[in-house]
This record gives sequence, structure tokens and C-alpha cells, in this order.
Amino acid sequence: MFYESHNVSQIDPVRVLVPSGALGLNYDKAALDRAIAVGPDIIAIDGGSTDSGPAYLGRGVSKYSRASTLVEWRGLIEARARAGVPLVIGTAGTCGADSAVDWMFDITAEIARDTGQKLKVAVLKSSQDPGAMAAAFKAGRITPLAGAPQVTAEDLKSCANIVALAGAEQVAAALNTGADIIIAGRTTDTAIIAALPLMRGGHAGAAWHGAKIGECGALCATNPQSGVVMVEFDGDGFTVVPMAEGALATPHTVSAHMLYENADPFILFEPGGHLNVSDAQYTALDARRVRVSGSRWVPSDRYTVKLEGARVAGFQCVLMAILRDRRYVQNAESWARDIVAKCRAKVIDRLGLAPEAFEVEIRLIGQSASFGALETRQSAAVEIGALGIVTAGSEALADEIGKMLNPYLLHHPLTAEEEQPTFAFPFSPAELSRGAIYEFCLNHVLELDDPMDGFSLEVTEVG
Amino acid sequence: MAELGQIAEKIRSKNAGPFWLTVDIFCGTPEAFGQVCDRLKTADVAALFGVTPETMKRFEIAALNVVKISLPRPQIQGSRLDRDMHGASWAALLAELDIS
Repeated sequence: MFYESHNVSQIDPVRVLVPSGALGLNYDKAALDRAIAVGPDIIAIDGGSTDSGPAYLGRGVSKYSRASTLVEWRGLIEARARAGVPLVIGTAGTCGADSAVDWMFDITAEIARDTGQKLKVAVLKSSQDPGAMAAAFKAGRITPLAGAPQVTAEDLKSCANIVALAGAEQVAAALNTGADIIIAGRTTDTAIIAALPLMRGGHAGAAWHGAKIGECGALCATNPQSGVVMVEFDGDGFTVVPMAEGALATPHTVSAHMLYENADPFILFEPGGHLNVSDAQYTALDARRVRVSGSRWVPSDRYTVKLEGARVAGFQCVLMAILRDRRYVQNAESWARDIVAKCRAKVIDRLGLAPEAFEVEIRLIGQSASFGALETRQSAAVEIGALGIVTAGSEALADEIGKMLNPYLLHHPLTAEEEQPTFAFPFSPAELSRGAIYEFCLNHVLELDDPMDGFSLEVTEVG
Repeated sequence: MAELGQIAEKIRSKNAGPFWLTVDIFCGTPEAFGQVCDRLKTADVAALFGVTPETMKRFEIAALNVVKISLPRPQIQGSRLDRDMHGASWAALLAELDIS
């Protein structure tokens, strides 16, 4: 038998099927079919994170293509129908802002129409009104976490989007509606997995630890690209079962996953408490399954949810020139420094801008673009990409300065006496307007009297 | 001269949220783990990354032969001066650190 339950307790195990680390990364269809045949209690998949940067939250959009999302989501909706269990996506549309949730709802409705299904969809929204957050900040209900930037109420008000990370309580409320599909805005990566075992009275330490191990799909096993993993929660532990042919979970692959994208490998903060895995035991049940026990959940005095916020940090225009001439490659750094100084002087002179009102930077790809002054290695490059980056207070201004930088990147000589050089521009127009750029400005928690404060839940039928 | 990357099996750097960076040094064997624990100085990593050592967290996990170092991101993820959205390349810089 491919999969058998591990009978260690009296309660029925809760099986959470995680098809992959994120919708949009694809999953192994044969492994998914195998998992459905085993009989999951829920299918849970993550739709995003902050990992791709602040622009997705700032703009409230997904990083993945709509067509890819639709194809993968249709496969999961079809699998859900066969299993007859709820399907939940957390952090829909990469950032989990309301606009991204609406995008995901629209895709879901299209699939329901196209496949002739009637589906009950619960939508859990996590966006927070910046004005209300500024007021909460003034009232002392928003506090910083370690490494948080200094913010003011005005900073909060200036955010393009703020989301609160829902925990297991809000996901449980959505599951309690009896919906076939739950589209959640920003949630913690783990909440969508931990919610059902917690609702069924499972061990809290096991629920959160199993959720952390499973949140990236099969990344906690060998053959991580296969995606599909089943996490089976029992009375006081959980078992990790990768579903792809040949994929193995070992005590090493499972315990090592606590390191992943986690500053502290033993502690994980969640709404309502934290997980401590210092005393967890990882036991191989056979060559491919691992059971984990001994994880502890430590409830907190206050119920808080983490906030993420992104705001506009200026407007950018970028250009690229490629140096291939040996002498210019060897002297690229002084060439670039000279260009920045001359271009800045021209901008101040012709646009009347204050020196601090704009930035002109050239990063030398092939030499020091990764680390700048921190680079420790030197080697003789064949060619160097000169990436010009202009940042200013408006799109028009950034583009205008980009056009002033253009002739320097094309023709700037190392010495005044030599014949005018020309460098390779890979495209026309040479200036690429990036529009608004965004920055993350919140690493804070918001205190709530009730977990549903600030979250909204709505049930709709589609198809 | 012995570079960290020659002693460790694999080094990985990732974001741990937008404000923290975490580096996992998979040493592979207890011997390599012992060498890395002894010879890799947190202060040297701080100097290499351009941060102060007081802000760094270091975990030596014998069960996994892993040394993990977490630090506030040298530049907040995606801010104007950040050069590496996913914090991917810090591992490569650290791999070339001489720890002989």
C-alpha cells in the first residue's frame, strides 16, 4: 500500500494535502491523483508571500500569469470535486490585498462557468484601511517587531496597501461557512494548513509545526520540484508523506525545513502565540515517511496579527549600456563615477532640482553589481553591463533625467582628448520607465480584541 | 587558504521576510561542522556583509551539521539600494570567505 495511516492516537487523523509551495509553481499531476485517492480532509495551497518584493503589494497584483494560475487552479478545483473536501488558497494573488483576492475570485468564477459547476466560495479579505491603521497606531495598538523601520501615523496613511496576516482563527471562520472553496487574502503561510487540525481539536504544537513543514509543499522532501505532500495530523504529532513517485521525506529533510526562510529555526510566531520546536523528535516510519512529535505551542497574552505595508518610494527610469572595449572595461568604475557626477550637475543646472531630490546610480554588471563596495573578488571581465538607475519624485522627472543620462552612457570618453567612443545599447528606446517603485514600511503587529476585527468574510455561489 | 565554500557542502541565503536575511551553512559532516563552528567568526561575517555583529543571531545545530546566521537585512528588501530582491547572492560572497 502506497500510504497507510499511522495509528498513534484515538482521534481520527486529519490529512492536509498541499499540492505545491505556491499556486503558479505547478505540481505533479500523478502525485496529486495519488493523494486524492488516499482521501485528504482538505486541500490547502499558498498563493504568495513577500518574497518577490514590495511592488506586488504596492500595486495589489499577482506575480504569476493569469493563464498559469487558471490552469493550475482548475486542476485543483477538479481534484477538490473528486475528493469532496474544501479547497483553500491563502495569500491569493501573491500579496493577498483585496484587489488580488478579487482577481482570484474572478478566475474561480470563470472556471465554474466553463466547467458547469456550482461552487460555494468563501472570500476572506485582509486589507486594512491606511487611515484606520494610522488611528490604531496613535492609539498604541500597533507595535514594532525586531528590525522594524521607524514609522509615524503619516507613514501608515501613505501606504498604497496594508494587509494583516490572518491566522488559523480567521481561516477556521471561513471553513465553518461550509464553502467548497476559500479564497483568502493575506494569511500566514501556515494558517491555511493548521486551521483544520486545530478545529478538530488536534495538538496545537503539531498543527503549527506540521503546517510550517508542509507550507512549501515537497520542499521538505527529496525531489522538491514535485510539489505534492500530505501532512497527516494525529493526536500528538504529524506525519509527512511526499506523494510523488520516488520522493522521500527523511528526518534530515523534514527537520532542515525549519531553517527555510526563518530567522530562528526553533521558534515561529503566529497570531495568538508561538511555536517552539526545540524538543521535537523526528522519526523515520519507513524510507519515505517521517513522524514528528514533541512540538510545543505557547499561547500569548495578546492576540496580534502581523501587518505588511507598501508605499511609493519614488519613480524610476533605467537604462543599460554594454562596454566591450578592453580599456573601458578596465576603467569602468572611474568612467561610471565621472558620468554620475556630470549627469547630476546637468540635472541640477537644467532642471533646477535640489541635489537630494533625485538619484543617479550606475551599477556595473560583471564587476560589482551584486555587492558594490562590499565585493571582495576581482577578475578581468570580457564585458561590463552599465545599468543606469534614475530615481526621482515623479515619473515625468525620472524619465527626463533618464534622457539626460542617455548621451553619457552612449558616448562618454575616459579622457577629453580621445575620439568620441560609442557603446552598445541593447534596445530602443534606451530609457525604460519603471513608473512608481515601492518599499515595505511595516514590520509591526496589530492588536485585535477579536480575531475577525479587520477581516471580512463573504460567501457567494458561482457557476 | 581555505574558503568556507570548500569546507561546507552547501551554503544558502534567503530572505526571512522583508527585513531579515538568513544564511544556512550545511556542513555535511560532523568534522566539517566542527571546523566551521570553530573557524567561522561571526564578526568576520558581519564585516563581510557590512553590518554590526551585535545584530546577528547565530545557531549551531549539531543534529543537522548546520550553522545558521540570521541578520537584519543590510538593505530592506526591495528598497532603492537593495541589489538582490531574494537575498540570493549573499551565500556566494560568504562561500569565498577565507576561514583558514
